[in-house]
Amino acid sequence: MTTIDTAWIDAALTSARPQAVGALLRYFRDLDTAEEAFQNACLRALKTWPQNGPPRDAAAWLIMVGRNVAIDEVRRNRRQQPLPEDDQAISDLDDAEGEIAERLDGSHYRDDILRLLFICCHKELPATQQIALALRIVSGLSVKQIARAFLVSEAAMEQRITRAKARVAEANVPFETPGAVERSERLAAVAAMIYLIFNEGYSASGDTAEIRKPLCEEAIRLARLLLRLFQSEPEIMGLTSLLLLQHARSEARFDADGSLILLDDQDRSKWNQKLIAEGVALIDKAVRHRKSGPYQIQAAIAALHSRAEKPEDTDWKQIDLLYGALELVQPSPVVTLNRAVAVSKVRGAEAALEMIEPLAPRLANYFHFFGVRGAFLMQLGRKDEARVAFDRAIALANTSAEAAHIRMHLDRLMRESQAAGSKAGK
Amino acid sequence: MLYAILCYHDEDFVGSWTKEQDEAVMKKLAVVQDKLTKQGRLGPVARLLPTTAATTLRKDDPPLVLDGPYAETKEQLLGFYIVDCNNLDEALDVARDLGAANPGGAYEIRPVGLFAPGKSGKVPA
Repeated sequence: MTTIDTAWIDAALTSARPQAVGALLRYFRDLDTAEEAFQNACLRALKTWPQNGPPRDAAAWLIMVGRNVAIDEVRRNRRQQPLPEDDQAISDLDDAEGEIAERLDGSHYRDDILRLLFICCHKELPATQQIALALRIVSGLSVKQIARAFLVSEAAMEQRITRAKARVAEANVPFETPGAVERSERLAAVAAMIYLIFNEGYSASGDTAEIRKPLCEEAIRLARLLLRLFQSEPEIMGLTSLLLLQHARSEARFDADGSLILLDDQDRSKWNQKLIAEGVALIDKAVRHRKSGPYQIQAAIAALHSRAEKPEDTDWKQIDLLYGALELVQPSPVVTLNRAVAVSKVRGAEAALEMIEPLAPRLANYFHFFGVRGAFLMQLGRKDEARVAFDRAIALANTSAEAAHIRMHLDRLMRESQAAGSKAGK
Repeated sequence: MLYAILCYHDEDFVGSWTKEQDEAVMKKLAVVQDKLTKQGRLGPVARLLPTTAATTLRKDDPPLVLDGPYAETKEQLLGFYIVDCNNLDEALDVARDLGAANPGGAYEIRPVGLFAPGKSGKVPA
């Protein structure tokens, strides 16, 4: 092969990036230096790979070249001062040394990648900054691409990332190989961040869904990467499964006008069966460990929805039970609210309404609470109360799609009461 | 003689393809497959889900179930073709055609000893 497609090289650089930047960060203990070293290695790759063909191990190649270029630079800067004798040959690693470097990386790279992801989840960083930082550093998206996905200007995003980096630099994440407890804490923080990235894309409204979709795809790529590093972690299987199952529905979630289509009304033939197959396979694997957790339970719920060919085939009874389990491990009024929807299908709207009444004080400013409450009231024929709930929901809507969806209910109520009124008038 | 062409590639790399890149590769591969189908030489073809979806059963006593693929390798088994060829040279030609459509990674060409086409009509979407 004499010519290599640049798109091919891009994909190779992207896939090698987390491991390469992670290793370079371990060498230099400084994010900017590591990123710059990787950047320089990429430039070399673009120059030499098209002629020489791709190296067998792209990540090892990038790590070595990145490290050598950076060390050369340090030496050049020190030229004025006398050079220590043993510094001479560092940049001339021969093949044997190269192999040693590669083996070293092989044993470290799991923690390297985890550390790289983990420094983005610094507790003091707001969620949006964590996500932006991870997309820049780990995924290697350009500031322009990230700004586009977040619907902000490039300058604003540049500033946000620079600020986040400064915070991270102060944080002093330890570079020693983490112990078991530390590792599992890191893993949980990273999983939560990947879920945030996904949600940033998933909660988009219809008019921006296409622009923000790459966020969902990137989150899935990172989840798969994490799972490959930690093959036996049931919660990472659960997380990956959950993202795949939710993303499988993306083609069916919005109508031509960009309005949100609820699960019950989606054209299920548009669901991506390949992603569903992978998601179901992963939750199957996870359940075998009998170490339940919030991601697994949510994935199991999503899997039950995916398995139903028609909405009426949905196993609501099982979903009710799973939400019950989720309430135990992750108690939250939002989980109870979701459970109530399942309860309304199994035991009727009356029971469901009773279940959510106690949540009112805590969810007084939550759009979905009033949307769901309105729907239950409507089912029970309590139209005036339903209208009040829907009005409140519209006032609290976060996206135009959410508001449009509630307006549809209100229009229906209006039509019904007009029809009833004209009948009564005759 | 039937040959299995086992497809090995870096999964991270394949996973970094955009949807468009993936579709373009599949389209090019379909051309090669169509040619073989017309010649009546193409048997079953499978693309496997990522190794993260894999589980391994070690046949110890009692058998041990492990998460992940059988072997941790730089390049992973991602799929396979069964092709009818007169000899190794022909099988290598097929592999070269497939390789031109989907560069990178490696094909392992293995003669098939026993082949049962099976009757499961279930085809994944």
